[in-house]
Amino acid sequence: MTTEILELTAAEAATAVRDGQLDAGELFEAYRERAAADTLNAFTWVAQAAPASPRAAGAVGSLSGVPLAVKDLFCTEGVPSQAGSRILKGYRPPYTATVVQKLLDAGAPLLGKTNQDEFAMGSSNENSGYGPVLNPWDTARVPGGSSGGSAAAVAAGLAPWAIGTDTGGSIRQPAALCGIVGLKPTYGACSRYGMIAFASSLDQAGPLTRDVTDCALLLRHMVGQDHRDSTSIAFPEEIRLPERGDLKGVRLGVPEELVGAEGGVEPGVRKSFDATLALAESLGASVEPCRLPHAPHALSAYYLIAPAEASANLARFDGVRYGLREDGAADLTTMYTRTRASGFGPEVKRRIMLGTYALSSGYYDAYYGTALKVRTKIAEDFRAAFTEFDFVVTPTSPWVAFELGAKLDDPLAMYLNDFCTVPMPLAGIPAISIPSGLSDGLPVGFQLAGPAFSENRLLEAAHALEQAIGFDGSRARGGAA
Amino acid sequence: MNEYEPVIGLEIHVQLSTQTKMFCGCELSFGDEPNVHTCPVCLGLPGALPVVNAQAIHYGIMIGLALGCEIAPRSQFHRKNYFYPDLPKGYQISQYDVPLCRGGRLGDVRIHRVHLEEDAAKLVHVGESGRIHGADRSVVDFNRGGTPLVEIVTEPDLHSAEQAREWLVLLRTTLRALGVSDVDMSQGSLRCDANVSIRPAGSGELGTKTELKNMNSFRFLHDGVLAEIERQQALLEAGEPVVQETLHFDPVSGTLTPLRSKEEAHDYRYFPEPDLVPLEATPEMLAAARDALPELPAARAARLESDLGLSAERARELAFRTELADYYEAALASDGAAVDPIALANWIPQLVERIGSDADPAGSRVAPASLAGLVKLVSEKRISRDTAREVLDRLIASGGDPEEIVEREGLGAVSGEDSGLGEIVAAALAADPVAAEQVRSGNMKAIGPLVGYVMRETKGRADGGEVSRLIRAQLGL
Amino acid sequence: MLEREQVQHVARLARLELSEEELVRMAGELSKVLDHIEKIRELDLDDVEPTAHVIDVVNALRADRPEPSLPREVALAAAPEPVAGGFGVPTPGASAEAQ
Repeated sequence: MTTEILELTAAEAATAVRDGQLDAGELFEAYRERAAADTLNAFTWVAQAAPASPRAAGAVGSLSGVPLAVKDLFCTEGVPSQAGSRILKGYRPPYTATVVQKLLDAGAPLLGKTNQDEFAMGSSNENSGYGPVLNPWDTARVPGGSSGGSAAAVAAGLAPWAIGTDTGGSIRQPAALCGIVGLKPTYGACSRYGMIAFASSLDQAGPLTRDVTDCALLLRHMVGQDHRDSTSIAFPEEIRLPERGDLKGVRLGVPEELVGAEGGVEPGVRKSFDATLALAESLGASVEPCRLPHAPHALSAYYLIAPAEASANLARFDGVRYGLREDGAADLTTMYTRTRASGFGPEVKRRIMLGTYALSSGYYDAYYGTALKVRTKIAEDFRAAFTEFDFVVTPTSPWVAFELGAKLDDPLAMYLNDFCTVPMPLAGIPAISIPSGLSDGLPVGFQLAGPAFSENRLLEAAHALEQAIGFDGSRARGGAA
Repeated sequence: MNEYEPVIGLEIHVQLSTQTKMFCGCELSFGDEPNVHTCPVCLGLPGALPVVNAQAIHYGIMIGLALGCEIAPRSQFHRKNYFYPDLPKGYQISQYDVPLCRGGRLGDVRIHRVHLEEDAAKLVHVGESGRIHGADRSVVDFNRGGTPLVEIVTEPDLHSAEQAREWLVLLRTTLRALGVSDVDMSQGSLRCDANVSIRPAGSGELGTKTELKNMNSFRFLHDGVLAEIERQQALLEAGEPVVQETLHFDPVSGTLTPLRSKEEAHDYRYFPEPDLVPLEATPEMLAAARDALPELPAARAARLESDLGLSAERARELAFRTELADYYEAALASDGAAVDPIALANWIPQLVERIGSDADPAGSRVAPASLAGLVKLVSEKRISRDTAREVLDRLIASGGDPEEIVEREGLGAVSGEDSGLGEIVAAALAADPVAAEQVRSGNMKAIGPLVGYVMRETKGRADGGEVSRLIRAQLGL
Repeated sequence: MLEREQVQHVARLARLELSEEELVRMAGELSKVLDHIEKIRELDLDDVEPTAHVIDVVNALRADRPEPSLPREVALAAAPEPVAGGFGVPTPGASAEAQ
């Protein structure tokens, strides 16, 4: 494919198509070829050809035919939607997720479905039933998870942009490890209808893009109340494309409980974080410590709430109506237990067990019930912080991309990946990760979190910082195909 | 052995007659082909989400108000987790510790709670021998899955099988009057489980209770509860304890079989349904429900008693079957009838006996005005009671106007001075002098054959009271 | 520390067949995670209300209006055992959970 096309951001490509300088069909085919030749295992399905609809050929719709990679757990009618699990191998849903439909209707054709940690459970994309995804910056390392495929695809230039889901950090963390932008919206801003559920009170769809402008453009077409999702809310304003270049008057709060946590952030990441803070100050921001007293308990609350909800959400995978069935000729209980034992990977089983235990008779109050209370306190902490600060900032991930297999023996160690990203979904607030630099040649992510529905201000601030940082992700796009 | 007092509580499930299911827009099914009313939501497909049916909430609040409950200002749905093929999500969306309604009373029974949930799908066993391990298959039909259900739980305020049956009839009438359900036990839109225990009479403590599931007729409920009471009584008398278990009653054989024992009690792991936001009963919702309430059976019975002078028993008999009370009040109001309410009420059972206790009198050939007319004829002594029963039979068979029938067939009462009744009475006395003498000497019981003679001679067209009077007069009493 | 029997009980509730090796390993892994999580029980949360929903919305209701159902063949398209217009399954035994 022409390097020129590859160098265009999604917004630039959309403009080029609209201005008649780029043919949407050519754009699609260029990316389709790259995706089909993927060596990172980022895709589980790639479109065979450009879609026949006039949208791809013309400039109909705001997204002007810029192809979109979609995380596997979004239902796409007639197209495999496996949520990274073998229990759904080959499953083709009879309907399309609302968020995906909105984007298709806005003119972004489906390029492919991306690989992910099984049922969105994981932070390395090593839990996929379809093999791990490789990090384009160093293919011996993980891209992060659970939206590892989406992140790797965008970082490697196999897709101009992608959508993923974030429950405890599954958009932001892989975005950080792959040197791209990832945003988790306010809970309820995007419809969850058609998103194969992991943790219902935490899951949110969001963009993974090369830059903040692309992120805003995609988000604009994702938000909106959906009558099919009782927990979705109308976004109070239109998502704007950011223009801001400075941070004058912006108050940034740094929570020591997270940033200074023991055994926490590795030195290279801390260095990049501090440098970004200094940059922010030079742009006019004030940077002060802030308090989130219950943040150290967020991980524990998360690892009770999410598995509990997941244990119920995954009960429908029983071999009765769709998906894998094992030992259908045996008795019912055996069919259930063998189907699920065979179809679920070890991490999923672990979390189902943890969640079932946390809800079980005699343990509910101590575990799940307590976690719901901790959640209240975390939300209160953020509300208090936001009376003094515009945004709370942290490194997105405590470390850069680690080696494949490095943390597989220790589930707890893997869970610790998430300690900076889980507080935000617990409080339902939005957060964005932007690349802030490199550490030992690997990308570092900088996270900004804001109050509910502050996406526009978040994008503005992220944009200003992004301009000043000037991160160059082209190296990852060079050798992936 | 009345040293033991039965203690019974009921758990009733009511299928609501909304247009669509509890959490999705699929239509409710009535004997349709399997699996033609399904969608991603009620099939439990990955990624599907529930959305609450506003009409189901409205009906739920109406039921709560009709049962005198407190409507929770805020209530919450919960997930009830277990595995079964008729449960597509592997959990049922129900309500747990924050139900829609609490407290309340209907008749003599206090209501513990009322809540909303979704119905399971239907499992049809296609194997030959029933439930043999591995050998047979079953087929799941999801048409029914997701139908809105209201669950009503009573306090254990019932103390006999008959009382339980009667109360369930009252509940059914009440729900039917609300128009929120077909409440047809044979179709499954009204389902009843009973919790049964016994205790020494006068004791304040509760004995161990057992659960009888899914009794699908009033008779079945009565017989099952009775059988269980007897079984428990026999156990205790033999010095054995009652074990907490779930039982199935077979109405044909009259036997009770355990379904599962306490050891296999479920751990439902209830937690608040994250996909559904809480329900708040707003003033508008409460007002709309209140406005939609019709006059309820208990209130209607009270009104019939106080306004029309009916006995409490008769008033209940009518009011607790809406069709009967409706028919009765239509007859009462029919033009120009001016019929005595009490007399009219006494004739309703006569009608019911003839058309069948399950039939709606409004569907018979006897127009309400006709019944009123008939009763008036009797009150005015223009026909005898026996004749009236004959005319009623004719009305049922081919409708019409009672007065016309009497005219046409010459069924007018034989009564009064010009009727020739006196001659017939004299003839009766002459035909049976022994009986006449017994009556004359004070044995009133002997009057029977004499009255009988007259009734036969008049083909039942004489009024029995008048005949007795004439007999006594002619005998000089 | 989670005992093997507890893990087995939970596995039964979750309808997961675990090998002996998995049971033992799972007991260890879950215990380790739970030990870490245990710390939240030290917090003083007596007067705190639980948060089940992070958004402040009530009464998301829909009108009682029919929407098209799936055609039956679509509903059955992914069925492992489509039979007689329905979803075939082994007949539940007496010990299987039921309402």
